[in-house]
Amino acid sequence: MSPVLAGVLQLLALMAALALAYRPLGDYMARVYSSPRHLRVEKWIYKGIGAHPDTGMRWPAYLRGVLVFSAAGVLFLYLLQRLQGSLPGSLGFASIDPDQAFNTAASFVSNTNWQSYAGEQAMGHVVQTGGLAVQNFVSAAVGMAVAVALVRGFARSRTGELGNFWADLVRGTVRILLPISVIGAIILVACGAIQNFAGIHEVGQFLGGQQQWQGGAYASQEVIKELGTNGGGLANANSAHPFENPNGFTNLFEVFLILLIPFAMTRTFGRMVGSLKQGYALLGTMAVIWVGFTALMMWTEFHHGGPALQAAGGAMEGKETRFGIGGSSIFAVATTLTSTGAVDAFHSSLTGFGGGLTLLGMQLGEIAPGGVGSGLYGMLIMAIIAVFLAGLMVGRTPEYLGKKIGTRQIKLAACYILITPALVLCFTAAAMALPTPPHSMANSGAHGFSEILYAYTSGANNNGSAFAGLNADTPWFNTTIGLAMLLGRFLPMIFVLALAGSLAEQAPTPVTAGTLRTEKPLFTGLLVGSILIITGLTYFPALALGPLAEGLAS
Amino acid sequence: MNNSVLHTARLVGAGLRALLLLTVVCGVLYPLAVTGIAQSLFPHQANGSEIEADGKVVGSELIGQRYDLPLKGEQTPRPDLKWFQPRPANGLGTNTVNTQYRLLVSGATNRSADSPELLTWVEDAKAAVIKDNSVPGYRVRPSQVPADAVTSSGSGLDPDISPQYARLQIHRVAERNHLPVAQVAELVKKHTEGRVAGFMGEPRVNVLQLNVGLRALTEG
Repeated sequence: MSPVLAGVLQLLALMAALALAYRPLGDYMARVYSSPRHLRVEKWIYKGIGAHPDTGMRWPAYLRGVLVFSAAGVLFLYLLQRLQGSLPGSLGFASIDPDQAFNTAASFVSNTNWQSYAGEQAMGHVVQTGGLAVQNFVSAAVGMAVAVALVRGFARSRTGELGNFWADLVRGTVRILLPISVIGAIILVACGAIQNFAGIHEVGQFLGGQQQWQGGAYASQEVIKELGTNGGGLANANSAHPFENPNGFTNLFEVFLILLIPFAMTRTFGRMVGSLKQGYALLGTMAVIWVGFTALMMWTEFHHGGPALQAAGGAMEGKETRFGIGGSSIFAVATTLTSTGAVDAFHSSLTGFGGGLTLLGMQLGEIAPGGVGSGLYGMLIMAIIAVFLAGLMVGRTPEYLGKKIGTRQIKLAACYILITPALVLCFTAAAMALPTPPHSMANSGAHGFSEILYAYTSGANNNGSAFAGLNADTPWFNTTIGLAMLLGRFLPMIFVLALAGSLAEQAPTPVTAGTLRTEKPLFTGLLVGSILIITGLTYFPALALGPLAEGLAS
Repeated sequence: MNNSVLHTARLVGAGLRALLLLTVVCGVLYPLAVTGIAQSLFPHQANGSEIEADGKVVGSELIGQRYDLPLKGEQTPRPDLKWFQPRPANGLGTNTVNTQYRLLVSGATNRSADSPELLTWVEDAKAAVIKDNSVPGYRVRPSQVPADAVTSSGSGLDPDISPQYARLQIHRVAERNHLPVAQVAELVKKHTEGRVAGFMGEPRVNVLQLNVGLRALTEG
């Protein structure tokens, strides 16, 4: 069997597995967020928090919950790293410097998981398991909660209440993320991922001498890293490390985990707004972009353009033998079209166009299918923009799901889609204009520029992958990328929740002959077009200077 | 005024308590439960898939090693051509912080496809592969050298090579170990793993297991 055929078969198998999980998981998640009943363990947690899970919150209260909980996360994670040197169970590893500790705390709380440290040499068991992995769960649960709040905004009428943040947070963690993680972790261990707290291993080598590696809770962290679209690896090589991703099956399984919840949330959305077809229209949009990107990535990687790859006879630089080009291409697209940022092959050594695809995937706003929660709310914002554009063409007040998209709604949506490009382009320009930041580049020319563009694109979109030649462990990059991650996560959430509140207050508009049918394939086409045009117009100049220049020269 | 301060303080307290409780659930109970299950059901995998030969641990099945000659004053070690050779690992490092240990730090070169440095590495590696593996009666042609033989992996710890690269080394290994070519070819065939379930990943040969098998042949 040729590698190309094997790659296509892997993609088809992945689609089949996702299709099988779509209905049961999507419906289950809708029940989780709608059920009036509480599990016993949830009641204990609510009691500990002092929260009343049945009290509805208006959007400012919901937002305060999000912000306070996340601020507590940043503070706790920062302190944990700063105190690592004195904590037991940390293998005698030193405390992390302030700028890097801030960067890492911001990174994991914002669901980005950008890493300016090398995990296996910097973070001990306690910080990894008790700090970083916890945020892998709860930052994902926060994203899902905000998405569900927006869905309730569409589903409810004449109320300002969007549900209870604490209940959504706890349910997402306990009922969705934890059970899937336990099963997934055991599957990974069975395939070879390690799971121990044995500290530093020292094992003999074939030709004598010793090899030292850090043991750790790899499997349990790996699974939530993918499932929660986090992406922060225990090891520096992330999912290219054999302990995180031991074979061709685990590679595909990890991609499945990345895409599982983001795709299924369109079903949850359809269920909760009372029209499964509306969910399918969003699913179709996501799937078209995802499959298209994967096909393009496979094409360019199998084509292996670029002088060094041509000389090698294949694009295997930065890729593992056991995954090959097909498996690595599927992973690279899934990780950048979601907010994951885990890598099983190093994006910096992809072909020029391949690197460009990973950049463009993030710049679409990570909505195909996007991060857990953030993918759905990002796509809903684009749907609002699309109905607005359609409304302009025919001169009608646009509506979506029976809600009028008026001045306030379109302002909030516009703010949402402007904030991330503003962060990316301003920080990139500043880094290029200042004298010292460019010293961090590992490659020169167009690719050197791409390294910096990639860093801020990845940070502000909460992805976390990198053109990792860039030495990002400098005060400038730690601080500015840290800010980009926090602003790129929480400012959009403010707009989303404000929008959700304004929608929930509206009375539903009856469907008439003039209503744009947003559950039809025509709308999917309109949505795909709007997404590509808006992103293209925003980023084309920057992309032309970086990956396009590199790709066209090869 | 007092009321809003009180309200804010209460909210902050709730946020901190929520974080601590979820830390107990996700950061303590969950990893411990998974570790317990993993250690009782799959202890071999959970502890690093170590391989033993002659009663001694010789490494992990999953972590690539170097098979080099001892350093004799030169900067870069030279490969011990008696053994099957792994892929280059130009991105692999050792720890730069917490230097009380000598940890392997996984990593890639991160050099771009148009990097002159990477081009040099690839060309040099290709020349070396051709030179090292051409033995009397068997000349390696440049087109025979697979891409994995001249590129560094993502982790720098890639435990595998492609079956093409393993086959390319058969004549050299046979000559250096005074073994019949057919016997070494049989060994490579025995250690070649296909794709998982026929389509997942790529075919590969685990270099450590191959060399363990080779040592058994030469000593047996």
